[in-house]
Amino acid sequence: MNLLRSILIRVAYAVALLIAVIVLNFTMMYLAPGDVADTIAQASGGADPEVMEAIRREYGLDQPFIIQLGTYVGKVLQLDLGYSFFYNQPVMQLMLDRLPATLLLVLTAQIVALIVGVLLGVISARNPNGISSHFVTLFALFGYSAPVFWTGILLLIAFSLLVPLFPVAGMRDVTLEDPSFFTQVVDVLHHLVLPAFTLASIFLALYSRLCRAAMLEVLGSDYIRTAKAKGLSDRQIVYKHGLKNALSPVVTLAGLQFSAVVSGAVLVETVFSWPGLGTLALQAIIARDTPVILGILFFSALVVIVVNLITDLVLRTIDPRIRTGSA
Amino acid sequence: MNAIFKSGLAMLAAGTMLATGAIALAEEPVKGGTLVTVMGSNPRNLNPAVQSGIVTGFPGAQLFAAPLRYDEDWTPQPYLAESWEVSEDGLSVTLNLRKNAVFHDGAPITSKDVAFSVDVIKEHHPFKGMFAPVESVETPDDHTAILKLSQPHPALMLAMSSQLMAIIPQHIYGDGQNPKQHPRNNADVVGSGPFKLVEFKNGEHVILERHDDYFMEGLPHLDRIVMRIITDPTARAIAYENGEVAFGAFESLPRIINRLKNVDGLTVTPEGYGAIGPLDWLAFNTTKGPLADVRVRQAIAHAVDKNFIHKALMLGTAADAKTGIHPDSPFYEADVPDYPLDLDKAAALLDEAGYPVTDGSRMSLTIDFGWPGVKPQVEYVKAALKKVNIDVEVVASADFPTWAGKMGKMDFDMSWDTVFNWGDPVIGVHRTYVSDNIAKGVWSNTQGYSNPKVDEILAAAGKEGDPEKRKALYSEFQKIVAEELPVYWTNALPYHTVYSDKIGNPPLGIWATSSPIDNMYLKP
Repeated sequence: MNLLRSILIRVAYAVALLIAVIVLNFTMMYLAPGDVADTIAQASGGADPEVMEAIRREYGLDQPFIIQLGTYVGKVLQLDLGYSFFYNQPVMQLMLDRLPATLLLVLTAQIVALIVGVLLGVISARNPNGISSHFVTLFALFGYSAPVFWTGILLLIAFSLLVPLFPVAGMRDVTLEDPSFFTQVVDVLHHLVLPAFTLASIFLALYSRLCRAAMLEVLGSDYIRTAKAKGLSDRQIVYKHGLKNALSPVVTLAGLQFSAVVSGAVLVETVFSWPGLGTLALQAIIARDTPVILGILFFSALVVIVVNLITDLVLRTIDPRIRTGSA
Repeated sequence: MNAIFKSGLAMLAAGTMLATGAIALAEEPVKGGTLVTVMGSNPRNLNPAVQSGIVTGFPGAQLFAAPLRYDEDWTPQPYLAESWEVSEDGLSVTLNLRKNAVFHDGAPITSKDVAFSVDVIKEHHPFKGMFAPVESVETPDDHTAILKLSQPHPALMLAMSSQLMAIIPQHIYGDGQNPKQHPRNNADVVGSGPFKLVEFKNGEHVILERHDDYFMEGLPHLDRIVMRIITDPTARAIAYENGEVAFGAFESLPRIINRLKNVDGLTVTPEGYGAIGPLDWLAFNTTKGPLADVRVRQAIAHAVDKNFIHKALMLGTAADAKTGIHPDSPFYEADVPDYPLDLDKAAALLDEAGYPVTDGSRMSLTIDFGWPGVKPQVEYVKAALKKVNIDVEVVASADFPTWAGKMGKMDFDMSWDTVFNWGDPVIGVHRTYVSDNIAKGVWSNTQGYSNPKVDEILAAAGKEGDPEKRKALYSEFQKIVAEELPVYWTNALPYHTVYSDKIGNPPLGIWATSSPIDNMYLKP
């Protein structure tokens, strides 16, 4: 009952938040000087004034603000995100076309970052002053402080040019002739390695540092000493008793970081020409393609809300204190 | 002795034969193969009749044919029009269309489609000037189209190239839907050109395949073209270098151009951009403040060292440009007033104009820029003008629309700008200098420049049918604007084409990739 109630409250907050996101974003886009007619003129190498006026008329940009906002909100409530000004395609279709690529990238990166990050954290926590711990710290610091697009370009130069193991850009090789399903999967994974690792590098650092700190704390607690006294093996103590308890801050952070992973994906996708929502978002911002920008922001807000909710539920299962409300 | 001489001669002959044989072999285009090429941005749509620009130009020129095509020396060649004639009075242009030409769906290409295409372009293309004098298109039979003009319009010849005049099928685009938003601009395109659309995936690629019933005998050579969309210039450079991409155009970053020049197996050339005609310049708002005085503009030109821009900023990749017409154009006039670095002369001009140094400064000006790539130029101008005691404040715009809005309202002192010629001066040059186009949005006459003599010359040049007289008019125009400096041209934008050793016949004519690449082939 308690669970249902908290979910309902969350959903109510979420709806209010979404409406605020729409109105705020729309207002900000409206207030920015210039509009899509300018960027269409840019893509055309110039345009005569009557052409620009016609564009503004066609897209209703000559209407007063409140009418434009009303029309937009009305459409969104009917789950219609409108048409892209720049590409003349439905925003929903443009987004759905790009969504799988982004999901694949973001989830892979998040999983890689979590697994590798936790492993590195545990390794360095087991011997906090050893050489491996210093190596992990250095590695984590590097991953966290290097700009993600720079890491990306560096990896490209290293593994696409100097040692050409991976392709430069895109998600698949369209020159393959009649590829089997298996070949296609391998091809996509082949293209995925560099972007996923680049995106993971930032979060890997965070997770490993956090996991290390949490593990150090846990390994010093009484029940670990009890476990040792009981004669359990080192491995059992670390992974079964220690890690399980150290994980909860990592999971919380992973949930909170999900929105950061999505925004990090914008840069990574651009460097690797990964055909996801990130490149679409960047193009839309550059082109002042308001319906697409608003659509993506709306969708991102939705994702963040849902992920936060899921994080809560996961925490409840791994940490009984939250379930009983004692924490 | 004699025998040795003879055998030597024989060897020589054999060598020559071998050599000529090898050349003949190399020049024989090979059929088939998939070309993997690259585009730097995502096209809005694939229909050049309603969408201008070089991004649509590349796939657009493969999907759609135009009446004419051009070789390297600006001479029109037959394309969809087998032959053409301009009447004595210059008021009608007759196109004799090929009789074997069909659209991708098999329907014949007729004069009705030409008339329809002209209508659509007149109504929906962003450049109003290029077909404005065309009053009607007469279609006496299926293969004759006569364009009737209100005044002689020599610019029509270059406007009839693939970049600007796609012939589109009336039976597809004439269905009553707005051609600008027609769903078949992106998918199921039915074109008239050498290649058919297989797939356009926004953000990923455009894939084309050979149009087997193409009207040019024996063409195209390629079976398939994969145009990958890679927006990051560094990633594109790596793709050329590691061989993932064999050909690409419009590379403009000096650092990357020079890097690729040193790669074995790649050719990097600035040839082929004359009609695109991109120019970099420093624009002045001539309507207010000190910049209204021509002496101040000339002083600034003397203080800005073009040599520094060419060598240090463009790293030797860009050609000099002294006027508003691209140096590759037949109308380019190199013998115009120019402004070598001369700080004393600049100071003297500023004194003369009534701007003496007081408290270490003569005047304060602002300089705008609209995209991050030109920030070095803008910062350089600031530093250069400091030497003649002009304080310059750099104004960065958040994005292109913000900058474009300021330009359109002439809310600036100086700005860095890049503007294209688009073939004939009537299409891309006049707009910057004629007084009836002042402050009509970005890339109009945003300098507020007005000189009745220039208006008169350009109006006359726009309808002068005789090429020599026309050239003389444009030459006079260039001399005047180079004297009065509504803008100070610094260089041609260093667009470069990159291609691997495997590519035969890359498009190095005047329109770069905005022309059909039907004779390009892949060497075995």
